[in-house]
Amino acid sequence: MDALLLARIQFAANISFHILFPTITIALGWVLLFFKLRFNATRNEAWMDAYRFWVKVFALSFALGVVSGITMSFQFGTNWPGFMEKVGNVAGPLLAYEVLTAFFLEATFLGIMLFGFRRVPNWVHTTATVLVAFGTTMSAFWILVLNSWMHTPAGHELRDGIVHAVDWFAIVFNPSLPYRLAHMLIASGLTCAFLIAGLSAWRWLRGDRGDAVRVALRTGVVMAAVLAPTQLVVGDMHGLNTLEHQPAKVAAMEGNWETRGHVPLVLFAIPDEAARTNHFEIAIPSGASLILTHRADGVVPGLNEFEGKHPPVAPVFYAFRIMVGTGMLMIAMGLAGAFFLWRRGELPRLLLRGFAVMTFAGWVATLAGWYVTEIGRQPWLVTGVLTTADAVGPVPAGSVGTTLAMYLIIYALLLAAYVGTLYRLAAKGKVAEAVPGNQPVPPTGGGPLPQGA
Amino acid sequence: MTPFLSPDALALTFAALMAASILAYVVLDGFDLGVGLLLPTTADVAQRDRMVASIGPFWDANETWLVLGVGLLLVAFPVAHGMVLTALYMPVALMLVGLILRGVAFEFRAKAAGPLDKRRWDAAFAGGSALAALTQGWMLGRYVLGFDPSAGALLFAALSAMGVAGAYAFIGACWLIWRTEGDLQKQAVAWARRTLWVVGLGIVGVSLATPLASPRILARWFEMPNLLLLAPLPLATTALVIGLHALLKHMPLPGDALKRVPFWAAVALFCLSFAGLAWSFFPYIVPEQLTLFQAASAPESLTIILVGALFVLPVILAYTVLAWRIFGGKAMDLRYD
Ligand code: HDD
Ligand code: HEM
Ligand code: HEM
Repeated sequence: MDALLLARIQFAANISFHILFPTITIALGWVLLFFKLRFNATRNEAWMDAYRFWVKVFALSFALGVVSGITMSFQFGTNWPGFMEKVGNVAGPLLAYEVLTAFFLEATFLGIMLFGFRRVPNWVHTTATVLVAFGTTMSAFWILVLNSWMHTPAGHELRDGIVHAVDWFAIVFNPSLPYRLAHMLIASGLTCAFLIAGLSAWRWLRGDRGDAVRVALRTGVVMAAVLAPTQLVVGDMHGLNTLEHQPAKVAAMEGNWETRGHVPLVLFAIPDEAARTNHFEIAIPSGASLILTHRADGVVPGLNEFEGKHPPVAPVFYAFRIMVGTGMLMIAMGLAGAFFLWRRGELPRLLLRGFAVMTFAGWVATLAGWYVTEIGRQPWLVTGVLTTADAVGPVPAGSVGTTLAMYLIIYALLLAAYVGTLYRLAAKGKVAEAVPGNQPVPPTGGGPLPQGA
Repeated sequence: MTPFLSPDALALTFAALMAASILAYVVLDGFDLGVGLLLPTTADVAQRDRMVASIGPFWDANETWLVLGVGLLLVAFPVAHGMVLTALYMPVALMLVGLILRGVAFEFRAKAAGPLDKRRWDAAFAGGSALAALTQGWMLGRYVLGFDPSAGALLFAALSAMGVAGAYAFIGACWLIWRTEGDLQKQAVAWARRTLWVVGLGIVGVSLATPLASPRILARWFEMPNLLLLAPLPLATTALVIGLHALLKHMPLPGDALKRVPFWAAVALFCLSFAGLAWSFFPYIVPEQLTLFQAASAPESLTIILVGALFVLPVILAYTVLAWRIFGGKAMDLRYD
C-alpha cells in the first residue's frame, strides 16, 4: 500500500476513535447539569444518584476523548504537513481558538466537577459543571468551524498559492456551519439519549429498579423522542445546503447517475462505478426530486456530470443509508417510548429490550454520518483549494503502517475495556446503592474550603 | 485583522508563548509522569492509590499544556511543525501511545473489576508514564543535536532519554514529599535523593554535548562578555543541586517544615536548564536549519491568535491557581461525589 492511502486510513482510524467519546461528553455534560439542577430544586436523592452514576461514565469518556484528541493534534503535522503549509493561515487560528477557549475550561474545571463535590460549596460545583459542559460545546463549535470551512470555504483569498484570511466573520460563519453544528450537537444528544436509556433499560431488565434508574431512563427516552424527529428536519436542511455547495456529494448519497427530473428516492441498491449504474435498485419514483427540490419534476444533478471528479460512490451511498436508517429507528423508538411513558408511566418489556439493544446506536449513526461527509468531499481536502493527495507528508509507508497497526490494537483493547467497564459499573450500581456505607451526601454538599495550598 | 506588531515581534512573541507552554508542560506533566514512574517501586495498594490520588485532579489540565505548546508550533510555525514532527515520527507515535495508556489507566484502575485487573492497569499507568518520559527525553536528545543520524548522536539521545526520565522521577518524588505523609513521604525522600544525581548528571551531559556539537553554541556561551553574563546560570544550578542534596538528607523535618521546598527547587532547576537550552538555540526553531523568523505564519493570522491568547491566558492562570487552592494540602482519597 502506498503512504497516501495508509496515512488516510490512519487519520480516519484515529478520528473515528476520537469522535466516539466527544459525541458522548458534549451532551452528557449538559445532562449532568440537568440532573444536578433537578436535585438542587427537588432535593430528591434519585437525581443525585443518577448524577453520581453518570458522572463516572462522563469521566471515563472524557479521559478517552482527551488521550485520543492529543493524538489528533499531532496527526496534522505528522500525516498532513501540506495541509498546514497551504491553509495554515485559516486553520491555525481556528485550532488555536479551540485549544484556548475550550480545552482549558474543560480540563481545569473538570477536576473540580469530578473530585470537588466535598471540597467546594455546592454552587461552585454547579458552576464548574456548567463550565465543563460549555467548554465541550465550544470545543465542538471551533473544530466544526474548521471542518465546515474545509467543506465550504469562504472569506479567504489565494496569494502565491497560499490561503490567506480576508474576512474572519465569513470564515467562521461559512455556509455549511449552521447545519453541521446543529446536526452534530443533536447527534451528540441522541447518542447520549440512547446510551442513557439503553443502559438504564438493561439495569431495569435485570431487576435494578431504583428511583435513580427510573429517572435516568425517563430522561433518555424523552430526549430521544424530542431530538430524533428534530434531527430528521435538520438533516434534510443540511442535505439541501450540500446540494447547493457540493452537488457531487449529494449525487453519490442518492446514487443518482444522470442529471434529470423525476429522480427516484433509492432505498436500496448496489451502485456500480465501473458500469455507472445501480443494480437491484428499490426506489420510490420521483422521491429524491421531491425531497431535494420540493417538485416531482425537479432536476437534480447526477454523478456523470462530475465524471473523474466525484467521490467514491459506494461508501458514501451505503453510509448515508446506515445513518438515515438508524435515524428512522430512533424516531420510532423515541416516540413509542414517550407514548408508553405518558399513557402507562412505564415501558413494556419489548421496548426495554429494544432500547438495551440500541445502547450504542448513536455511535453507528454518527460514524456513518462522518463517513458520508468526509468521503463525500474527496478528492478534495479543502473543497476547490487543496486535494488530499497534495497534503500528504514524506513519511515512508513502512512507518505509517507500523504506527497504524499499533494504534488499531490499542484502540480495539480500549474500546473493549470501555464498554466492559460501562456494563460493570451498571451491574454494580444496584449493589452499591444497597450498601449501608454508601450513604447519600448531605444536601448542603461539600465541606469548607481547605486552608491554603 | 491588521497586525499591531511587526512581523519579527510577532514571531518572537509566539516563540516565547510556545516556550512557556512547553516549559509549563515539562514541569507540570513532569511530576505526573514522575509519580507514574515511581509507582512500581511500591507494591502496597493503599500507597499506590495515594500516589495516583495526589495527581488525579491535575493531570488533565497539566497535559493540556502539551496540546497548547504543540498547537502553537502548528499554528505559528507550521513549516517547523512539519519538519520536526516528520523527523520524530516514531518517537512521537510511541509517546502518544504512552500518554494514552497513562491517561486511561487513571479511570480504568479506579473502576477495576478486581485486584488483578487493577494491577494490570497499574502496569499500564507505570509503563505508559515510562514510555512517554523516555520518548520525550529521546526527542530532546535528537533535537539538541539537530537530528544528526550518526550512532554517537543516537547514543546521546538514549542517554538523554534516561536523563529526562530521571528528572521526571525526581520532580515526582518532590511532589510526593509535599503532598503525602507518613511512610509514603519517607519513601519519596529516598527516591528524591537517588534521582537527584541523575538530574545533575543529565544537566552536565547536555551542557557539554551541545557546545561540543555546535561551534555556534560554543561561541554563544564562551565568548566575552557572554561568559560573565551567563555565569549565574550554571552557578545557580550547582548551588540548587548541592542545597537540595543537603536538605533531602534531613527530610522529613519535624512538623513537616519546608515540605514544599524540594518541589519548588526542582521547578527552579527545570527552569534554569530550559533557559540554558533556549539561549543555545535562539533564534533557531529547527536547530541550524530554520529560524523562527523564517518559519512564522502570516502576520494577520498570528495577530488574531494573539488577541485571543491575551484574553484567555490570564483567565487560565487565574483558575489554575484556584484549582491548586481547592486541591491543596495532603492527598486524600479521590471520590466522584
Ligand atoms: C464535534 C466535536 C469534536 C470533533 C469533530 C473533534 N473534537 Fe477533539 N474533542 C472534543 C470535540 C471534538 C471535545 C468534546 O472537546 C473533547 C472530547 C472529550 C474531551 O475531553 O474533549 C475533545 C478532546 C480533544 C483533545 C484533548 C483536549 C484536552 O486535553 O482536554 C484534543 C487535542 C482534540 N480533541 C483535538 C481534536 C482535533 C485535532 C480534531 C480534528 C481533526 C478533533 N479534536 C475533532
Ligand atoms: C469527528 C468526526 C470525524 C470523522 C469520523 C471523520 C472521518 C474522516 C474519514 C473517514 C476520512 C477519510 C476520507 C477518505 O480519505 O476517503 C476523513 C478525512 C479527513 N478529515 Fe475527517 N472526520 C471527522 C472530523 C474531521 C474534522 C473536525 C477535521 C478537521 C478539522 C477533519 C479533517 C479531515 C482531513 C484533513 C481529512 C483528509 C484525510 C483523508 O482523506 O483521510 N475531519 N475524515
Ligand atoms: C434522520 C435523518 C437524517 C438525515 C436526513 C441526515 C442528513 C445528513 C446529511 C445530508 C449529512 C451530510 C452532510 C454533508 O453534506 O456534509 C449528514 C451528516 C451527518 N449526520 Fe446525519 N442525518 C440524519 C440522521 C442522523 C443521525 C440520527 C445521526 C446521529 C445520531 C446523524 C449524524 C450525522 C453526523 C455526525 C454527520 C457528519 C457531520 C455533518 O456533516 O453534520 N445523522 N446527515
